[in-house]
Amino acid sequence: MGAAESLSALVNQALADVDASSDLGALDAVRVRLLGKKGLLTEQLKGLGALSAAERPAAGQRINDAKAAIHAALEMHRIRLEQAAMERELAKGTIDVSLPGRGQEMGSVHPVTRTRLRIEQIFGQAGFKVISGPEVEDDFHNFEALNIPKNHPARAMHDTFYFPDGRLLRTHTSPVQIRTMRAQQPPLAIIAPGRVYRIDSDMTHTPMFHQVEGMVIGEGISFANLKAMLHGFVEQFFERPLGMRLRPSYFPFTEPSAEADIECVFCDGRGCRVCKHTGWLEILGCGMIHPNVLNAAGIDAEIWQGYAFGMGIDRVAMLRYGVDDLRLFFENDLQFLKQFP
Amino acid sequence: MKVTYRWLQEFTPIAVSPAELAAQLTMAGLEVESMAPVAPPFSGVVVGEVVESGRHPDAEKLSLCQVTTDGKNRLQIVCGAKNVRAGLKVAVAQVGAQLPNDVTIRRATLRGQESNGMLCSARELGLGEEHDGIMELAASLPLNQNLRDALGLDDTVLEVNATPNRGDCMSVFGIARDYAAAGARRHLKYATAPIAARQESVFPVSIESAACPLFASRVIRGVKPNAQAPAWLRERLRRVGINGISAIVDVTNYVMTELGQPMHAYDAAKLSQGIVVRMAKPKERIRLLDDKEYELDPEFLVIADSGGAVGLAGIMGGRPTAISDSTTDVLLESAHFTPDSISGRARRLGLFTDAAQRFERGVDPNLAAIAIERATALLLECIGGVPGPVQLSRFAGAAADESHWVPLRRERLTRLLGASVPDMEVHAVAAAISERVEAMSGGWRVLKPAYRFDIRIEADLIEEVARLRGFDKIAEIHAIAPQIAGASSEARVPGERLVTAMADRGYREMISYAFVDPSLQQLLFPDTPGLVLANPISADLAEMRVSLWPGLIHACRENLRRQQPRVRLFEMGNKFVQSQRAHGAELCEIDTLAGIATGARWPQQWGGISEAVDFYDVKADVVNLLSLTGEAASVRFVPDSLPILRPGRAARIYRGTTAVGWLGEMHPQIVKALNLPATAFLFELEIDPAFIAKQLKYQRISKFPSVRRDLAVVVDESVPLAVLRENVTVSASGLLSELRVFDVYRGPSIETGRKSIALGLILQDSSRTLTDVDADAVVTAVAARLRDVLRATIRDQ
Repeated sequence: MGAAESLSALVNQALADVDASSDLGALDAVRVRLLGKKGLLTEQLKGLGALSAAERPAAGQRINDAKAAIHAALEMHRIRLEQAAMERELAKGTIDVSLPGRGQEMGSVHPVTRTRLRIEQIFGQAGFKVISGPEVEDDFHNFEALNIPKNHPARAMHDTFYFPDGRLLRTHTSPVQIRTMRAQQPPLAIIAPGRVYRIDSDMTHTPMFHQVEGMVIGEGISFANLKAMLHGFVEQFFERPLGMRLRPSYFPFTEPSAEADIECVFCDGRGCRVCKHTGWLEILGCGMIHPNVLNAAGIDAEIWQGYAFGMGIDRVAMLRYGVDDLRLFFENDLQFLKQFP
Repeated sequence: MKVTYRWLQEFTPIAVSPAELAAQLTMAGLEVESMAPVAPPFSGVVVGEVVESGRHPDAEKLSLCQVTTDGKNRLQIVCGAKNVRAGLKVAVAQVGAQLPNDVTIRRATLRGQESNGMLCSARELGLGEEHDGIMELAASLPLNQNLRDALGLDDTVLEVNATPNRGDCMSVFGIARDYAAAGARRHLKYATAPIAARQESVFPVSIESAACPLFASRVIRGVKPNAQAPAWLRERLRRVGINGISAIVDVTNYVMTELGQPMHAYDAAKLSQGIVVRMAKPKERIRLLDDKEYELDPEFLVIADSGGAVGLAGIMGGRPTAISDSTTDVLLESAHFTPDSISGRARRLGLFTDAAQRFERGVDPNLAAIAIERATALLLECIGGVPGPVQLSRFAGAAADESHWVPLRRERLTRLLGASVPDMEVHAVAAAISERVEAMSGGWRVLKPAYRFDIRIEADLIEEVARLRGFDKIAEIHAIAPQIAGASSEARVPGERLVTAMADRGYREMISYAFVDPSLQQLLFPDTPGLVLANPISADLAEMRVSLWPGLIHACRENLRRQQPRVRLFEMGNKFVQSQRAHGAELCEIDTLAGIATGARWPQQWGGISEAVDFYDVKADVVNLLSLTGEAASVRFVPDSLPILRPGRAARIYRGTTAVGWLGEMHPQIVKALNLPATAFLFELEIDPAFIAKQLKYQRISKFPSVRRDLAVVVDESVPLAVLRENVTVSASGLLSELRVFDVYRGPSIETGRKSIALGLILQDSSRTLTDVDADAVVTAVAARLRDVLRATIRDQ
């Protein structure tokens, strides 16, 4: 066997040894055995001196090629071993990603508040200012100034909570209309959400509930404008096209007065239990502000006119979220509240 | 009120179905609340006559009848009713008849006797609950007529809910009148022929109050005592929900239902002369038809004779002069009382009568004289009698009947409705409700119809035009509004931000009633009187809350009862506090944010220790919330006391020098009294001072690195951190950018009565890099001051 053959055999053997190394230590032993100071290839290089000048370059080249090949194999195998080691290490650190996270949980916003905020946003974007008024009211603001004198039959519609001194808990948010008109001159566009109180309690009545009052006064604010605003509101609130109709009704502080019905959101107007098979759901009362109310508040009804409406916030929240018992809103059961993030 | 489709048809043609009629009335403002057929569907029932009636040979309780339905042929029918007798007109269900409840009549053999049909009771036909016997039909009904036609059973009852301004629609005629005006633009008028007097007896009436402009009366002598009204009249009343009582009372009820004029009938024999309409005397007593005695005052109008009040005007008649079984002479009253003199009075006595309901909404003043003629005609038809003259007594001081014209300007109509209505249509609508409409420059003037108490001003007429044409005729138009800049203030933290911040910190928003249980409130706030309702809905909702805590505690307790061991709730809303002022108590509604936390600090979770929530957890929530103002540094917690809070664990919260709220642990005695499983932490912040926000201003970020020095300081237990902080700050020569507390330790290595507090001082300068020498100098200065001022010892690091 010539020198070239024996070198080739050495390389083959070396590559086999590299592949067979199962850890970094064994691999290093292979390296030392071949390429170390006294390694087999190092020895061969040293033996070059014994060759003739003519043979030496070719032999040298062969040995260096062999060294390079072995070196590359060593390096590749080292990387492979390190990677395997890392993989083993990572595998040990696997966690159960399906275990729950830790820390505080989110609380929740009451559905009535959520609804009020949406109402404020929808009207706010249309230029309405949000204002508030007192809950303990006097007879003047709650009734007299709204064209509801003592003994008026309309008072029977308001079962009023009184205090011994004659003050009362407001039965609607309409007194805010009066307070606003007396405080500032038109043009005006306001909504006034808040708590109101009536002596009543069943599935659809609680002694306290929420209303939002709306009022717009301008020189040409018309019934046609009222219709457009309310219809726009209900379509934005329910986020869908929805029929709406105004039905003549009666409130002492508006003329004409109307109740607004929307197409039943549960049956799309086809008739169901909720809408008592009429296809319509009553959602608010509205009308053009009565001239007596404007004049009494110091606004000239010959120049200014406008509309007003009062809507039950809880009522539309019930329709929006399918809550069938108003009392749930005020029982504050965590299992109920949790459903409204 | 209830009306029937056919009764309405007597006054105006109705071409549409009852359901369509109901829809049209509703859209004209007369809301139809419900609709029901008078009779359920049935067929094959005709008018027949019992020719012979004898005992069934083999059954004691059955009769064997020969019945004819055509006057010639006879049908043998077995009948079980006691009232069956020869000559009686009956409802015969023929073989093949379909009755309600899926009953089909077949030829049958009953105890050996053939029966070719059935004689029906009202109940069997679904016409009522009566089952005393078979129906006794009027003798005048023709044989073989379909029973549905004979009794007008193809009729529908509509319950119409007239709004309080529409007294004119509280009658069958009134509703028909409005319907005719809305649909056909016809102005309906009611007419009845006067009945001539046939005797001369009268009860002169003197009227002392303007509350009664007109009092029509008439004596009818010699009526049949104890008579029943005819079946058709009683049936009509039954259909609209009025029970028959006696012929006289039924007739007055009928006229009220038909025309809307409440009437009263007195037993003339029990009435003395000297009838007067006057205000009641103080403490005057009267026994009314409901057999209860009432005490009156001069707000009430009464009808009196020489013996005293005999009726409460417009509300209810008196008992002693009422019609009885033996009445033969009747005094009919048909009066006009003004709405102001009646409204609210019935309610004050706890009464709710058909008469009061109509008078307080307004009855046509012209109707009294018409109604008394109508009632007379019906009475004579029903029970005979000899009528006297109608006596129309008027209030002497009554103002001359002034015509009231209401203007209607075209421009106002167009501007208010936002729609232009052709002149022809405006005129047609006005003419449908008023007898006189006159053109004027720019519009019209309309004579106020006497029957319409809701038409006084122009807007009322505009409403009529819109209503009778239909609101749906007015197209939606978006208002063109001036563009005025809105507002977006940073002067206070927006409410929405507070709500979301609380929710994000794990609290659930709740809403509770503003009135609370007085006993709970007194337990929690014994020193704070609450505003008490005069008429609470129940004893446990009788007092306005002086704090949001009663509602939060109640809801917390209810949730604990529902097996929710961990509760974090908050609420925003008004509390109602009475503050003493020079001129007396003044009520303040204070917008407040409050919360409660009980149970574990964290929701139960793996890998952690389950610890109960404590003061400092909730304090962090409060401080973080207040930090939304941009002024967290001004917030201070100062020890203070409230009966509801545990002594030593209660703090008044200040921003600067302004008290803005409270934080504390519930007093153990209250925890026990309320039977709570664990203590709870409570906080309350008054929105107005608490959440006024600072105008934010950017602070330049230092380019130079900070240096940290830690210091373990041992001080007496009585030294609060606030004092420690103050002293560190003062002695840090302006280099302290942050002070962290990272441990509080008490233990064997610390003397009793002292505590070790680990402080992290973050030092930074805005103009240069601090050296170790600078930092050490600060530490030395701080340590010296703490030693000198607070008797502190500095532990080795």
